[in-house]
Amino acid sequence: MTDMTAATSRFPGRRLDVTSDAAKARIRARYRAETRFRAYGLLALAVTTIFVAVLLVDIVRRGTPAFFQHNAVLNVPVPADAFGPPDKIDVAAIRSADYFPITKAALQAAIPGIESRAGEKTLTRLLSSGTADILRDKLVADPKLIGTTVKVPLLLSADADLYLKGEGTKIVPRAPRGIATPSGTYGEITVLTSSNDFTEELQTIKRALAERGRASEVELGRLRRSKDKANEPRIAEIEAELADIKKRAEQPGGEEELDSKLPSVLVEMNGGLVKATKLSTSGISGEVLLPLKSTSEAQPNSWKIVTYTTAETNREVDDATIAFVERLKSQGAIENAFNWRFFSVGDSREPELAGIRGALIGSALTMFVTLLLCLPIGVAAAIYLEEFAPKNRLTDLIEVNINNLAAVPSIVFGLLGLAVFLNFFGFPRSTALVGGLVLALLVLPTIIIASRASLRSVPPSIKEAALGVGASKQQAIFHHVLPVAMPGIMTGTIIGMAHALGETAPLLMIGMIAFIVDVPKSLVDAATVLPVQIFLWADLPEPAFKSKTAGAIMVLLAFLFVMNGLAIWLRKRFERRW
Amino acid sequence: MDALNTAAAQNPTMGHAAYKVTGRDVNVYYGEKHALKNVSVSIPDRSVMSFIGPSGCGKSTFLRCINRMNDTISICRVTGKINIENQDIYDPSLDVVQLRARVGMVFQKPNPFPKSIFENVAYGPRIHGMANNKDELEQIVISSLEKAGLLKEVKDRLQEPGTGLSGGQQQRLCIARAVAVSPEVILMDEPCSALDPIATAKVEELIDELRENFCIIIVTHSMQQAARVSQRTAFFHLGTLVEEGPTSEIFTNPKDKRTQDYITGRTG
Repeated sequence: MTDMTAATSRFPGRRLDVTSDAAKARIRARYRAETRFRAYGLLALAVTTIFVAVLLVDIVRRGTPAFFQHNAVLNVPVPADAFGPPDKIDVAAIRSADYFPITKAALQAAIPGIESRAGEKTLTRLLSSGTADILRDKLVADPKLIGTTVKVPLLLSADADLYLKGEGTKIVPRAPRGIATPSGTYGEITVLTSSNDFTEELQTIKRALAERGRASEVELGRLRRSKDKANEPRIAEIEAELADIKKRAEQPGGEEELDSKLPSVLVEMNGGLVKATKLSTSGISGEVLLPLKSTSEAQPNSWKIVTYTTAETNREVDDATIAFVERLKSQGAIENAFNWRFFSVGDSREPELAGIRGALIGSALTMFVTLLLCLPIGVAAAIYLEEFAPKNRLTDLIEVNINNLAAVPSIVFGLLGLAVFLNFFGFPRSTALVGGLVLALLVLPTIIIASRASLRSVPPSIKEAALGVGASKQQAIFHHVLPVAMPGIMTGTIIGMAHALGETAPLLMIGMIAFIVDVPKSLVDAATVLPVQIFLWADLPEPAFKSKTAGAIMVLLAFLFVMNGLAIWLRKRFERRW
Repeated sequence: MDALNTAAAQNPTMGHAAYKVTGRDVNVYYGEKHALKNVSVSIPDRSVMSFIGPSGCGKSTFLRCINRMNDTISICRVTGKINIENQDIYDPSLDVVQLRARVGMVFQKPNPFPKSIFENVAYGPRIHGMANNKDELEQIVISSLEKAGLLKEVKDRLQEPGTGLSGGQQQRLCIARAVAVSPEVILMDEPCSALDPIATAKVEELIDELRENFCIIIVTHSMQQAARVSQRTAFFHLGTLVEEGPTSEIFTNPKDKRTQDYITGRTG
C-alpha cells in the first residue's frame, strides 16, 4: 500500500478506475465504434458485390444472344448449270458462281405463292447476305454435292434473328365465333364474318388511337408554350391529326383504317394470312401476306384473328417478315445454333455477319508487342533504379517523373504515339505494332513502380547472404533478389497489361478506330482491338449490335480472366516459401 | 590457447605471420558519425576471436570491415589499413568479390536462400567455379554439411527448401554455406542471438570444431558465449577498442575499468 501511495504522489493525476461509470461508458463506446466500423466495412463490401453482380448479370443477359444465331435449314437444290459448262466445274468456278438465285429458289420453295414485288423483296431479305458464303464453302469442300439437293442451314438476317430472340412483338391469337368468307386468295381481298367478330379488335384500335390523341395533345401544348416560329408547321400537322383522331373517335362502331402506327390485325385462314388495312366489326379488307389455298368458307374453329400488339413502326421487323418466319418455324425449318461465326470472322456492317475475331487477334497482337517491350524494359529500369543507380537529384527527378507518367491521361499517350511513331518514324497507322508501342509507353510506369516496390520488399538479408559468399552485386540480384521479387513483378505486369487491354482512347489517336473487316495476319496489318470494337459497335444504330456489343464485352472480360488466371498460375510457380 | 600454440607451432617463423587478420588505425565514418576510432587489432589464425561490448560500440562495424560488407552502405567511409596475411584488403586493385570468397560471413538472423538445402550450399562453390562437375559439387555440399554438423539431419531432404528448417538448423546451414567456399576467415555476427539455448549449444560446439581449420571472428552479446568459444577477446566501447587479450585474462583480470564494469554488468 505504501508503494501505491508513493506511486500516486510521484505521478500526478488520477489512477484509472475501471469500475467507474465513465470508464464503463468509455469501453462501451469503444466497442460501439468497433462494431460500427465493421458494419461500414460489411456495407461497403455488400454494395460492391451487388454492383459487380448486377453488372455481370446484365452483361451476360444482354450478351448471351450474341453467341446464338438462328438459321433456316432448307433443302437447297444446287443446279449444275449455275457453275458454267458442266464438264469443267473447278474450285474457281464454284467460288465465282452466283448463289443468290439458288438460295432464293430454295426459300421460294419453302414459302410458295409470294408474287408481289414487295413480298418477294421481304422474302429475299429474310436471309442474310452472307448466306452465299456458307453454301459456297460447303460446295468447295465437297463439289460432288453439285446437282443434288443439299440440306443446309442458311443464316437468317439480323431482323429475323432478333424477332426469333423475342425482340419483336407479342402475338395474340383469338378464336372467333363466326364463319369467315374470303373474297380471293391473293392480293387485296376482303374477309367477312357471319357475326361481329372484329368488335374486340376495333376497340383495341380505338383505344390505341385515343392514346395517340392524348400524346399528341401533350406534344401540342408543349410546342405552343415554346412560342418558336419554327414549330408552327409541326403545330398545324398535329392539329390536323388530332382533328382526324377526334372525328374517328366520335363514331365508336365505325370502320377504321389501319396504319403502321397502330397494332396490326391479321386473319389466319385456309393456310394463308391476311393483313387488315381496313377494319370494321364484321370484316376486314387487306392484303394477303401468305396466299390462301382457296376461297372456301372457314368454320369457327378453323380460322383465327391474330393481333401483333406492337405497332409496326415501333419494331425492327415488319409484319410480312414475321409472317414468313412464323411459317418457316411451323415447318420446323428454324434452328438455333451456337454462333461460331462470331469467333471466326472480322467486323461487318451486317450484324449477323459481324464477328469478334479481328478484334481478338488485334488485341492479342497488340498485347504481345506491349508485353515484349514493357516487361524487359520495365524490369531492367526498376532493377537499375532500385539497386544500381546512385541516389542523387537526377535519379530523384527520374523517379518523380515516372510516378507522374503513371497518372498522365491515356489519350496523351495516343497523341504522343501519333506524333512520334506515325508522323516522325512513319510507322503504318492502325496497326498492332504502333498500338503495342503506345500501350507499352502507357504501361511502363506501372510496371516500373510495381517492380521497384517488389524489389524493395525483398529482405536485404538475402542479398547480404549472397554477397557474403562472394557473389557480385549483379549475381546477388539476378540469382536471389529477382526470383523472390518475381511474383510481385508479375502482379504489377498483369495489372498493367489488363489496363492496356481495356484501353481505348490512345488507340483512337493512332487510327485503330477504323472499320476493319479483315482479320490481321501480322503486326503491320490494319487492326482493331476489343475495347475499340466494343466502342464502335455501341455506336451503331442496328439493334442487333446491342447484343453484339454485350457479347464482345463478355469476350473481353473472358480475355481478362484468362490473363489474370495465367498471372496467378505464374505467380504460384515463381512463389517460394520465405 | 591450444589452437594458438598449434598455429604457432605449424608456422616456423612465428610472431607476426601467425596473425591472420591485422587492423591498423581503422576509422569508420557513417556520414558525419565517427563510428570506429583508431582500432588496431591482430587476430591469430586457427582460433576464435570474440568481439564484445555494449550495443552501438562498433564491434559489428569492424567485423563488416573485414569482408568489406560496409561497401554496400553508400555513406560509409573507411580509413586505415586491414590486412589479411599481408594483403591490404582496401587496396583498390583487390577485387571485393574475391575477398568475400576468402572471408565468409554468418549473419545475426539465419538467412538461407529461398532455395533447396542443396542449392544453398552449392551456390558459392558454383559461382566461384570450384567444382568441375556435378559429382564434385555434390561432394563439396556433403562435406560442408558434414563440417556444419547438419548432414545427419538433412541428408534425406537435400531438395527441400532451406527455409523449412528450424532456426538452429538454418543457422548451421548458413555456416555450411560459408564453409563451402573454403574461406580463410569466417565472420559471425551474433550468430546465436536468434536461437534457443539448445541450438546455441550446437552452434557453439560447431564453432569450436571449425577453429581447427579456420580463423573465426565472432561478435556476441553473451559474455558466457565469448568465454566458452573464444581464445581471445576484444572489448569495444563507444567506437574504440578498449582492451584485447586472451579470453581468460579479459574475464578474470581486466586491465581497464570500463572492461571490468562491462563484464561485471555495471554498464552496457
